[in-house]
Amino acid sequence: MISNSPKITPELVAEHGLKPDEYQRVLDLIGREPSLTELGIFSAMWNEHCSYKSSKVHLRTLPTKGPWVIQGPGENAGVIDIGDGLACVFKMESHNHPSYIEPYQGAATGVGGILRDVFTMGARPIACLNALSFGDPKHPKTRHLVSGVVAGIGGYGNSFGVPTVGGSVRFHARYDGNNLVNAMAVGIAQKDKIFYAAASGVGMPIVYLGSKTGRDGIHGASMASAEFGEDSEAKRPTVQVGDPFSEKLLLEACLEIMHKGCVIAIQDMGAAGLTCSAVEMGAKGDLGVTLDLDKVPCREQGMNAYEMMLSESQERMLMVLKPEKEKEAEAIFRKWGLDFAIVGETTPGKRFIVRHGGDVMADLPIKELGDQAPEYKRPWVNAAKPAVLDADEVEAPMGVADALEKLIATPDLCSKRWVWEQYDHIILGNTVQRPGGDAAVVRVENGPKGLALTTDVTPRYCEADPFEGGKQAVAECWRNLTAVGARPLAVTDNLNFGNPERPEIMGQFVGCIRGIAEACKALAFPVVSGNVSLYNETKFPGEDLGRAILPTPSIGGVGLLDDFTKSATLAFKRAGEAILLVGETTGWLGQSVYLRDLCGREEGAPPPVDLVEERENGDFVRALILDGTATAAHDLSDGGLAVALAEMAMASGIGAALTAAPDDIPAHAYWFGEDQARYLVSVPAAQVKAVLERAQAASVPVWAIGTTGGDALTLGDERPILVTILRERFEGWLPAYMAGELPQA
Amino acid sequence: MKSAVVVFPGINRERDMARTLALISGREPAMVWHADTALPAGTDLVVIPGGFSYGDYLRCGAIAARSPIMDAVRGFAAQGGLVLGVCNGFQILCEAGLLPGVLMRNENLRFICRDVYLRVERSDTPFTRGYNAGQVIRVPVAHGEGNYIADGETIARLEGEGRVMFRYSSPDGMIDPNWNHNGAINAIAGIVNERGNVLGMMPHPENHVESALGVTDGRGLFAGLVEVLDRAA
Repeated sequence: MISNSPKITPELVAEHGLKPDEYQRVLDLIGREPSLTELGIFSAMWNEHCSYKSSKVHLRTLPTKGPWVIQGPGENAGVIDIGDGLACVFKMESHNHPSYIEPYQGAATGVGGILRDVFTMGARPIACLNALSFGDPKHPKTRHLVSGVVAGIGGYGNSFGVPTVGGSVRFHARYDGNNLVNAMAVGIAQKDKIFYAAASGVGMPIVYLGSKTGRDGIHGASMASAEFGEDSEAKRPTVQVGDPFSEKLLLEACLEIMHKGCVIAIQDMGAAGLTCSAVEMGAKGDLGVTLDLDKVPCREQGMNAYEMMLSESQERMLMVLKPEKEKEAEAIFRKWGLDFAIVGETTPGKRFIVRHGGDVMADLPIKELGDQAPEYKRPWVNAAKPAVLDADEVEAPMGVADALEKLIATPDLCSKRWVWEQYDHIILGNTVQRPGGDAAVVRVENGPKGLALTTDVTPRYCEADPFEGGKQAVAECWRNLTAVGARPLAVTDNLNFGNPERPEIMGQFVGCIRGIAEACKALAFPVVSGNVSLYNETKFPGEDLGRAILPTPSIGGVGLLDDFTKSATLAFKRAGEAILLVGETTGWLGQSVYLRDLCGREEGAPPPVDLVEERENGDFVRALILDGTATAAHDLSDGGLAVALAEMAMASGIGAALTAAPDDIPAHAYWFGEDQARYLVSVPAAQVKAVLERAQAASVPVWAIGTTGGDALTLGDERPILVTILRERFEGWLPAYMAGELPQA
Repeated sequence: MKSAVVVFPGINRERDMARTLALISGREPAMVWHADTALPAGTDLVVIPGGFSYGDYLRCGAIAARSPIMDAVRGFAAQGGLVLGVCNGFQILCEAGLLPGVLMRNENLRFICRDVYLRVERSDTPFTRGYNAGQVIRVPVAHGEGNYIADGETIARLEGEGRVMFRYSSPDGMIDPNWNHNGAINAIAGIVNERGNVLGMMPHPENHVESALGVTDGRGLFAGLVEVLDRAA
């Protein structure tokens, strides 16, 4: 008989984040009042973070298949075939709530968690990326959060020994109360040696691996499943503490036991720790699991069953072991100085039974806890679509040259060198393209293959029109991979939104998913893994509704280069080359950075994404890169044509002279509009004619718009700007801001 | 060249180093575990690579310096064997007493990963014979604690005896605080012991050896060692 002390009160149920109807479901399911440990287990498994109860029904609509997909969503990470018997294993995951409460440890353990997701499948991590969203630079907390998050990401990845090769950083007041930290990890495995979470075989030993269990991170997943209020500071104890040193040992030990054939199933202990990993392994394998908590290695004395089941101590794994390999596996873990303890076994009964001190502390049906958790079809509404903003209605506040100088020194468009120089981006000796380009490129093993990697989303577009914004996030990711010459293969999505119980937020979520699905289908770019982070909002005192973040579905993309030496960079290569603009330019200023940061207006419909054009233009550019015609390539995104040209000039130190804007488009709209499906390439002057003919044959719109050379960038009749001045402004803002040299609020 | 790469728990650039040694010497190095007590027979170069041995939770390199294998490394060095320590390896050699001084937090208190320029101070040593004296090479750094310091007397001796092998410099070889990213005294990036057979340096020459990845300025160090050791063998 399970002891029922303390008594389960409605308050206790509410504290565990379970709604009254969910608690009723618990009672119906087990036919009695749960013990406190059981209540904790339900709370851990049925919270939004672990169960995806609000999002599951929509996530199912995403395209997840393709001939090269080995494993889609539902496992620790997605797996795709990259040829030669190799597989690429990758996923992106958020650590938003913890990183706001305790930026260094929150971000560090976010990196640690996503790395475990990748190596738990048998892959050696080869690269990390991230997507970071912070509040208004003028907000008093922002600088502290940037500093802590960046140090935490670096602190973990640098010590673990994986290069952090790319990412994105943005600022907006809507993230004042909830910053976003999305971390992506990419690994390489032998295609026929992928390890999965589903247990198989009855009576198989369940082994606890890694670091000891402490009282840190209890209820971390539940904390991440609620909005913040005035008490968010008090939630600091729910944030875990990372130990990259132990994780590096855990990586080596895990890969070694996998290599030696000791593993039936393996699952990392992430959110909801021991509970979630044990339940998932059993539920996925249609087996029961019995755990004996007396065997769990603990860091502190006197931990009770409730604490052990909910601890989110880091750098731990749970494995179903081949019994005959026990001695061999244990010796490997001892060599690496890590804990190895048999803590349970698989059973035929589909029950999840937890014993401690001779008592049964929990006895629950495993399927209902795991893959048959509650699921909601939450009500949602579509926000009205904003009207298209005519460029003629936007008065230019300054000349084009002045505007460019200002824009490249804005928080969103300035150089992020201050950030990525704190990440070791060259360790492992395979980094071909470092941060700062369209996509990072890493060599696969000894080559010649290379992987292109990027993370993208434009939250202001998603806010204005979730469907178009969702499409655009995928299209931009695809474009960035294409711009380095890679063939885009698959994505991982990290969907960050506010409170899903609000129909307008749920409407953003549904709209973005539809857009993502449409773009992924059209571009043959399936979603193979992902993560949903809801409740990213904060209720401020005296306000009825929480303030939600901008809808931010981060898309992490992976592309393949058959020969990494053929990848293109955005830097101009030499003077006297022709600059070609690929794709239609209409001068779309609605929701542009120009409109927001120079005109102070966040208005209009975002630029529409024509997926057929995307594909045609992208395929054309990729072919130019791979056959060696294009000497440089760059996609056009935030800030439009002028900013892209400036980036190509700054990366090379070579200037350029451009023809003036056409008569039918206002100059500021031509230079700063954000029309989609566009690229810039440079080609030797002698090849322009041939390229234009090829473009015509492929029905791809291409214009020769200028010539490289000199030490200044000259946009039509505007005053020339020295490339050195551009660089100074581009590189200046972030270091000055972080040094506290800019005015704060 | 028969090299041995020492691996402590938390070292993480051992693969980079092993790959470079194999690439340039044509021979795979032996990977030696920290708990071992002897180096493989015939070893003629010991390399302590970069990383975060024992997490660097104590002073960098302090725990690794007391590992069982370090007695063998000390013995090897005492016999005149060549020892190269890079990044965490440099920190470990300092903690082990094989090199003087200590590496403090970078002046700006942040981890820094970027390419830097080094002026090669001498070319008449086994470690630097692949370069010309005064030559400027471009190699990456990736460290949070690379700010070299020692007491005044030690610095005077190092300088007087010509034991500074590399200094952070501008691309044209000028010693300039703007090009000394970590604030090291006298812009010191690498030093040797009195006998000249133990080199410690913060930058990572092993990461700049392949033309397909860009710069190859790190090759000279390894190519020079191969020449010396293969001629001796």
